[in-house]
Amino acid sequence: MIKAILIFNNHGKPRLSKFYEHYTEDTEQQIIRETFHLVSKRDENICNFLEGGLLIGGSENKLIYRHYATLYFVFCVDSSESELGILDLIQVFVETLDKCFENVCELDLIFHMDKVHNILAEMVMGGMVLETNMSEIITQAEAHNKMEKSETFIFQCPRQDR
Amino acid sequence: MPAVSKGDGMRGLAVFISDIRNCKSKEAEIKRINKELANIRSKFKGDKALDGYSKKKYVCKLLFIFLLGHDIDFGHMEAVNLLSSNKYTEKQIGYLFISVLVNSNSELIRLINNAIKNDLSSRNPTFMCLALHCIANVGSREMAEAFAGEIPRILVAGDTMDSVKQSAALCLLRLYKTSPDLVLMGEWTSRVVHLLNDQHMGVVTAAISLITCLSQKNPDEFKTCVSLAVSRLSRIVSSASTDLQDYTYYFVPAPWLSCKLLRLLQCYPPPEDGAVKGRLVECLETILNKAQEPPKSKKVQHSNAKNAILFEAISLIIHYDSEPNLLVRACNQLGQFLQHRETNLRYLALESMCTLASSEFSHEAVKTHIETVINALKTERDVSVRQRAADLLYAMCDRSNAKQIVAEMLSYLETADYSIREEMVLKVAILAEKYAVDYSWYVDTILNLIRIAGDYVSEEVWYRVIQIVINRDDVQGYAAKTVFEALQAPACHENMVKVGGYILGEFGNLIAGDPRSSPLVQFNLLHSKFHLCSVPTRALLLSAYIKFINLFPETKSTIQEVLRSDSQIRNSDVELQQRAVEYLKLSSIASTDVLATVLEEMPPFPERESSILAKLKKKKGPGAVSVNELEEGKREGGELNGGGERGGDSSSTPSPSADLLGLRAGPPVTAAAPSAGSLLVDVFSEAGVNDDGFLSEFSRFVCKNNGVLFENQLLQIGIKSEYRQNLGRMYLFYGNKTSVQFVTFTTTLNVQAKPVEPLIEGGAQVQQVINIECLTDFSDAPLLNIKFRYGGALQNLTLKLPVTINKFFQPTEMASHDFFQRWKQLSLPQQEAQKIFKANHAMDTEVLKAKLLGLGMALLENVDPNPENFVCAGVIQTKAQQVGSLLRLEPNAQAQMYRLTVRSSKDTVSKRLCELLAEQF
Repeated sequence: MIKAILIFNNHGKPRLSKFYEHYTEDTEQQIIRETFHLVSKRDENICNFLEGGLLIGGSENKLIYRHYATLYFVFCVDSSESELGILDLIQVFVETLDKCFENVCELDLIFHMDKVHNILAEMVMGGMVLETNMSEIITQAEAHNKMEKSETFIFQCPRQDR
Repeated sequence: MPAVSKGDGMRGLAVFISDIRNCKSKEAEIKRINKELANIRSKFKGDKALDGYSKKKYVCKLLFIFLLGHDIDFGHMEAVNLLSSNKYTEKQIGYLFISVLVNSNSELIRLINNAIKNDLSSRNPTFMCLALHCIANVGSREMAEAFAGEIPRILVAGDTMDSVKQSAALCLLRLYKTSPDLVLMGEWTSRVVHLLNDQHMGVVTAAISLITCLSQKNPDEFKTCVSLAVSRLSRIVSSASTDLQDYTYYFVPAPWLSCKLLRLLQCYPPPEDGAVKGRLVECLETILNKAQEPPKSKKVQHSNAKNAILFEAISLIIHYDSEPNLLVRACNQLGQFLQHRETNLRYLALESMCTLASSEFSHEAVKTHIETVINALKTERDVSVRQRAADLLYAMCDRSNAKQIVAEMLSYLETADYSIREEMVLKVAILAEKYAVDYSWYVDTILNLIRIAGDYVSEEVWYRVIQIVINRDDVQGYAAKTVFEALQAPACHENMVKVGGYILGEFGNLIAGDPRSSPLVQFNLLHSKFHLCSVPTRALLLSAYIKFINLFPETKSTIQEVLRSDSQIRNSDVELQQRAVEYLKLSSIASTDVLATVLEEMPPFPERESSILAKLKKKKGPGAVSVNELEEGKREGGELNGGGERGGDSSSTPSPSADLLGLRAGPPVTAAAPSAGSLLVDVFSEAGVNDDGFLSEFSRFVCKNNGVLFENQLLQIGIKSEYRQNLGRMYLFYGNKTSVQFVTFTTTLNVQAKPVEPLIEGGAQVQQVINIECLTDFSDAPLLNIKFRYGGALQNLTLKLPVTINKFFQPTEMASHDFFQRWKQLSLPQQEAQKIFKANHAMDTEVLKAKLLGLGMALLENVDPNPENFVCAGVIQTKAQQVGSLLRLEPNAQAQMYRLTVRSSKDTVSKRLCELLAEQF
């Protein structure tokens, strides 16, 4: 099971946090900080797995992460998940974001948090993987965009809201 | 143009986010956020009703503020209102807010549940998915209660859209994880399993997570999934890379689903059906073969996906542990990965090999990679990988390579990362003990360990070296010589002083013949460290000194001088002062004979589980180490702890070495060393009471009165009891199973007990009678503490006496009419306790009847309209009051479940009866 999905930038600013187990708001923030601390001090080009921090369950859980330009994508998972599988899942997530936002960058995540959550929801639900097929995910996301646009048309909106 | 500004709308949000990003300081950011929070609060509280769009905007802002780490304590109501909007955008934001900021406010949950109910019945797949997502995200008990019945229907209905099916499967999984008792799969089981055959791969992907979880919990009911999973896997594995279209990921067909199928199969033993098994072996072979083929793409994603499947296949092969051919191939494959340029693969290969090392078919093959692994430990840049390498060295260690591995681990310790030092120390200590052929090597290793990483050597480690030195007279002289030498170093670790003090105090005489280590030299050496040590160490040293007086009368005056000095006899620390005073007095007034008796050499410690191993298990959690240990035990037979035999001979019969390998096998015997202020007493205190052991015994007595309560190698305790009204009498029979007598045998109990014979001859039995009176209702059973001496060692064990509230039942016969009338009278919620549980034993009517009669209540026939059900009535007699109780047990043979309901006039009684009984069926 995926326990949490965290995205933060090189300075540790959270850009997305999604917890699939219940923690208090305070603990969630601490987990983000702890995870950033663990991940950010690691060199580039070493392995993408490490044991989870104490707050999120210590060695029972693994952190699997990828570092893209300014952003870290970290999945915290338990032992029932395949490490390489999750690594690919991160890749699928990022490629999907890239397609949906056309060259995704940190700013897209900041200004369209709801969309990022939506796309993620098409892939992962309650900590389990719902769909891994990128074109299916994109189709769903586009369908939602269309619905959104049709609704804003009711208000005669001439500008495209991305 | 208001419409435009509205459409552009989320501009308000964008502006706010930009503002925040432009803040130069944390304070400015907080100020801006507080301003916004105040603004939103006033908008929400304002008189003017907000339209859906504004609500959406504000809720979005709150989400953003929450992400920045600020508490949000309002807005939930507005979010809930958005749920009932007809617009997708508004509904979606509402659900998003609820999912991110779950609030267990029950009033709110009721409203949310209402909205979800509407959306689930809307037949709009988008809305249904949003609602299912919300349930899966919140997953609270109230939601499970409301929807656990509905979701399986959605999941298997023929007309449900694929995307909704996917969401329903995972939603159900979530509810099953949070409230398994509410999700009753019974009738759905086979239709859920058949989702593995679904045409839509997405549905299979989602369903397999659900099926895996359910299979882990109810393997028998779901075992039909094995053949379906094998055929699905075989279709994927043998398909060309283009067959699965979108589910092909960088030329690999459906890697995620393949991994999950292989995981599902790991819930079961190898398939019994030959055809299914053959097909599966074929799949595994294909996967191993494909790993050798040249890659279809240079992209890392291609090799990742391919190897993800490969690693899962290897895990399955290891799990089956029955195909030597596949195991060796798996090992070779991992061996290639050990030297792969991808760090991830090296990491995973080390990890998989750890489990492979515990298989007898592949242990030898794993061992051939020792040089590579040692090299990894030395040269890997990444601490995660080095740690896996250390784990693997530990796992592959056996008698043939122990010296090499221990030496490498010791040398690695000098530079090891701080985070893993303690664990490394424990591992070295365990390996050194387990594979010690000659004990001088063992002593050297542990002393080296203390020298190199003294700070990380926990108490268990140095306790253990002392236990072993004391139990093995062939190593005592060497140990004394070695610690003496080690203490010569100008700066040595305090743990070294402890070991040194203890060992010289016991065995200093063995090296006293050499003038370079004469008694006085030994004493002066120890005492030179005294002032640098902490209080517990000094206390230990004082004990060593008094032992010196016994060993070497010539040191008496010097030591008395030391004890008499103000810094000892007036020490501000009570413990030190007391020891100084008592030892001084003891040495001056006791005759040499008395002194020799009091300060006699420590008796051997009882053989038991290594305290270090217990600690490592605690550190790593169960599983990680224990499986390995047990495997090792099987292979190696009696080791260091192997009871009577010394050293090398490993062809042993079942020896007490079982104790080394897990508390499970060992009886809950606690021993304490009888020595003047020996610190070693602490070592044993943790063994204490073996909870699991006596609990199960205890629960067997709920429905019966006679039997064997406890048994280990030494002692058997039988029990016979009778009860009338609120009184009971219990006969305890203590049987000595050994040929040696138990002396100073005492029992203490918190109920009235006649004293027991203090001496039990070998092979004899003594009896003790306990009279019991039930004053009021209770849930904790009385504890019986038993102490006795067997040989030199003090044995101590604590047992729960099987006295339970139901023993004081008086059966009450009544007619159906009366029963239901009384049942209705006891209708306050707290008077009822209910449990739904799985059957642990066969659901045989006669056995059930016998158990219910044994409970002490009257079993009422022809009362319940359903003849399958059982109802009972009885009154519990206590001195304070009588408690009437009614019971109803409803077996469900199909689901192999029971529902047990107890109503009684006192809430604590209902609860306790329910707890006691739920373990019985």
